[in-house]
Amino acid sequence: MTGIGKSFLGVRVLSDVGLTVAAGEVHALMGENGAGKSTLMKILAGVHAPDEGTIEIDGRPVSFGHPIQAQRAGVAIIYQEFNLLPERSVAENVFLGREPARAGLVDRTAMETATERLLAELGEESFGPRDLVRRLSIAQQQVVEIVKALSLDARIVVMDEPTAALAEHEVELLYRLVRRLQERGIAVLYISHRLREVFDLADRVTVLKDGKHVTTVPVSEVSTDELVRLMVGRDLSAYYPPRATSVGEVRLRVTGGGNDKLHDIDLELRAGEIVGIAGLQGSGRSELAKALFGAEPFTRGEMTPRRPRSVREGVAAGIGLVTEDRKAEGLALRQSVRDNALLVARALGRQGRQGPQGLRELLERVRLTPPREDQEVRYLSGGNQQKVVLAKWMTVAPAVLLFDEPTRGVDVGAKAAIHDLMRRLAADGMAIMMISSELPELIGMSDRIVVLRDGRVVGTLPPAPTEEAVMRLAAGEVTS
Amino acid sequence: MSESEQIGAVPARTPPFWRTRGSSPAGVVFLALAGVILIGWVLVAARGGQFLSLENLVGVQQRSAALGIVAIGQTLAILAGSLDLSVAYLISLSSLVAAETMAGRDGNIVIAVAAVAGISAAVGLVNGLVITKLRVHPFIATFGVALIIKGVLDHLYDGPAGKVPESFQHLGYDRLGPLPVSAILWAAVAVAAWFLLRRTTLGHRIYAVGGDQEVARLSGVRTDRVLIVTHVLCSLCAGIAGLLLASRLGAGAPTVGTDGGYDLESIAAVVLGGTALAGGRGGVGGTVGGVLLLATLDSVFNQMEVNSFFKDVVRGVVIVTAVAIYARRKHGRRA
Amino acid sequence: MRRTLPIFGVLAVLLVAIAVVNPFFLEPAGFLGFVKRAAPLVILAAGQYFVIVSGEFDLSVGSLVTVEVVVAARLIDGDESLTWPVLGLLLVLGLLVGLVNGAVTTLLRVPSFITTLGMMLILSGAVFLWTGGAPRGALSQGFRAFGRGSLGPIPWSVLILLAVGVAAVLLMRADFGRTLVATGDNERAAALSGVRVDRARILAFVLSGLAAAVAGILLGGFAGVSAQVGQGLEFQAITAVVLGGVVLGGGRGSVVAAMAGALTLEALFTLLNLYGISGALEFTVQGVIIIAAVAAGALRLPFRLRAST
Repeated sequence: MTGIGKSFLGVRVLSDVGLTVAAGEVHALMGENGAGKSTLMKILAGVHAPDEGTIEIDGRPVSFGHPIQAQRAGVAIIYQEFNLLPERSVAENVFLGREPARAGLVDRTAMETATERLLAELGEESFGPRDLVRRLSIAQQQVVEIVKALSLDARIVVMDEPTAALAEHEVELLYRLVRRLQERGIAVLYISHRLREVFDLADRVTVLKDGKHVTTVPVSEVSTDELVRLMVGRDLSAYYPPRATSVGEVRLRVTGGGNDKLHDIDLELRAGEIVGIAGLQGSGRSELAKALFGAEPFTRGEMTPRRPRSVREGVAAGIGLVTEDRKAEGLALRQSVRDNALLVARALGRQGRQGPQGLRELLERVRLTPPREDQEVRYLSGGNQQKVVLAKWMTVAPAVLLFDEPTRGVDVGAKAAIHDLMRRLAADGMAIMMISSELPELIGMSDRIVVLRDGRVVGTLPPAPTEEAVMRLAAGEVTS
Repeated sequence: MSESEQIGAVPARTPPFWRTRGSSPAGVVFLALAGVILIGWVLVAARGGQFLSLENLVGVQQRSAALGIVAIGQTLAILAGSLDLSVAYLISLSSLVAAETMAGRDGNIVIAVAAVAGISAAVGLVNGLVITKLRVHPFIATFGVALIIKGVLDHLYDGPAGKVPESFQHLGYDRLGPLPVSAILWAAVAVAAWFLLRRTTLGHRIYAVGGDQEVARLSGVRTDRVLIVTHVLCSLCAGIAGLLLASRLGAGAPTVGTDGGYDLESIAAVVLGGTALAGGRGGVGGTVGGVLLLATLDSVFNQMEVNSFFKDVVRGVVIVTAVAIYARRKHGRRA
Repeated sequence: MRRTLPIFGVLAVLLVAIAVVNPFFLEPAGFLGFVKRAAPLVILAAGQYFVIVSGEFDLSVGSLVTVEVVVAARLIDGDESLTWPVLGLLLVLGLLVGLVNGAVTTLLRVPSFITTLGMMLILSGAVFLWTGGAPRGALSQGFRAFGRGSLGPIPWSVLILLAVGVAAVLLMRADFGRTLVATGDNERAAALSGVRVDRARILAFVLSGLAAAVAGILLGGFAGVSAQVGQGLEFQAITAVVLGGVVLGGGRGSVVAAMAGALTLEALFTLLNLYGISGALEFTVQGVIIIAAVAAGALRLPFRLRAST
């Protein structure tokens, strides 16, 4: 791709961007939200047409007016939100839109055999071509997407934040899949916010900033700090704000809490501290947050404040939850910033406390940029959306705020702002619990770390433990 | 503690085959159908009647044929994530076009059938184009088209018109052995639709478009084209039903479609059959069951000489209850 | 707010067009007569708006209007003293029907299209089962006054319409309204913010039921007692709401625009009558205009792509 430019409604989002990916190469594409990664990807996918510039595949210029043309030219995109139909089978999904057919009649057998073969090639045996996608896990669905790409004979596979929804051990599986693609001579364009993955997987990395090409370098010739600086254009060496100096009274206490997924949970959250929750996928991390919040309540045990039996009770008792998936669970996307920020207050009938002035101050406090109240939140970047979610809870000043993956899919700059805000909220006397799959974040932010395994608390670690110490507890002694 | 063994990969159970296939609750509607037949048989027998008599079975078939054919078309539209509120008026229009073109002459039958097919296809095309190209919600689009047809009907006709030749009336009244011709026609339409959905690329794409239009589009499915073709097929089904009704009446009638309530009733039958109103899930089998269930209920009421208003009440209750049961099952599985 | 503007433009154009053909329309009496005629549909549209903006449908309002009128006629049967008790009963009936619609839709998770379709069959079946197939009895003078009479120069129905309109606007500005729209936009996010989404939706159906009761009371007086009085009103109300730029599926649109949509529809009927396109072809023109208006609104929306990253 050379000299790619694109504007939307007069706003320039890409200008003169060039990118070359070689066969058998894993090429990382990095940049903050709004840097133009998604737009570039969509141009390659044929979703948008570029205003200027050319795309060449194997030296031949191509132009795509429809995603199908990109597909036929050998470009397969694996979006963050999978393009799968939950009610259809694996094989039907893999061959969607290009079912093997004679005279309009679908050859089911051919379709299923081909899928079976590709699954076997990837070493995937946990499901078959006839299983409904609805019944597969996220990681398995990703495999389906990859199989789809393979069945297309794709020569370029674009992966957009492929690990965003994966658990730690599933990431390893993904690495293996990416390397298989590489071995087959496929060019992989890998979009990610996570530096570690880029260093683990990529051969070269291209950095975009504000719609412009910053640099393309071999990964071996660049350091983490340099990469961050290239992306944000400033030094972010002080990654995390300083820890709490003093811890106040107990804001939430559970003893012997349990339901069908959690057992014997003992936990205390105190004013002023940030408690990190570590654990593998399936260890009950999100379930713990949902139980404390009342979304999937505890059925056993004592809790102060009184054990919530519903979200409503949890919210009324001063507990807030910043959910993992902010688009599906956190925001009403077509409503304004104001309506979203006031949602909790209105649900509780406490709108009166937040006059227009109060709201404006609040939006400035969460550093919404720009702090426009009437903007629909769907037009905001991920980081700004998350700030609106925070504002939503701050209107009712909860005693306890639970964060489930607060910076997933958020760029480096906004991430720092959110970390900073969490720390300030704690300093103002809020008790904060944070779940994160990103160990550096968890270790950098937490005043102590509670580790879960199989729905039980298996240990508590002091500030700043090593990643290894956390992993050992989370995975259990048996892992060699 | 035994938690260590669960650390590995997320356990991915391969569901048993009968669950992967039987994903539509079509089974339930046939179970309900069996129940209604049983109850009807007991009730009618208690009054000294005979419920499972040949006449009665044929009657049920006759009654269901027209609704059944429309409902098959409606199934396609609903599976594709759309719906069609214009079928009732289109049925009336088709019956009139058929009867007027035939004008009592055998020689005109072919032309008449072709004319009905042409007009139905055109209406379906308009529905499809308005929905896809003008991006009007299907509810409004097909309702608007319904109004347009209604206006034309009211403008041109005050009452029944045209005449269907005797030979064409065989379609409505004759039997092949124990089977009414109309029922065979219905079965043929149903089998064709089943085959279309199961085996053809178009069928697969109808499910895809109804399941998630964006996913389908990004997979290279020409979603607009699929929706348009689906609407043409749906309208053709309504046209066939119009022909059938014309052959029964011996003439065309401007109110035959609305009197039968074929628009909402066909949607109800589809949903009774377990097809999701949101699209992408369900099938023809369930719809057949849904139509038979409604027709059997009707037949039971007729034999019991129940007031027709009471029938409406029961029908309403049955439809809502059935869907409530599906909702429970679906929710239960997800949890 | 940008989306609500087109409908006012369309309404203004239609009103001017009517005035050109019929200058009487510019006089207070003429205009009030128009509003009086429109009042039932506008009230129904306001009720339907609550349901639609929360992401649902109410197909039962047409038959509910019929039921209200038929029940009123049979119970009052010309007896003046029964007017007020029956009025109260009618409102309770509307409320109950809405409550059942809402409860079945939210608690039993039946799609509202089906719930209210079932309710439509049940209501019309039940009321004629009760009256034996045709409306019986008669309304009292006092009852008819709401649909026909006036307070000085201003018809009662216009006053009632104003009251309903003001109440609807206030409701939408209140916490209830804002949380209802959020529910229609993203039910899960609303629930996880502490919004009682089921209760909000049930309330929306109750409001729609109440609106149908009020519309029935006005129509009974205005149009008289018949079995067809409510026929097709559910579609007209939904059409009106959509004409007002409210999106089927929920989360978008204002109640004022929905009511303006109903006035527009009524203005359209009036205009068609004035231009002599009466009776039959009126429907055809109506169908074309509805599609055209909604299409114009839809095309103005920015092309929506699935959000990612």
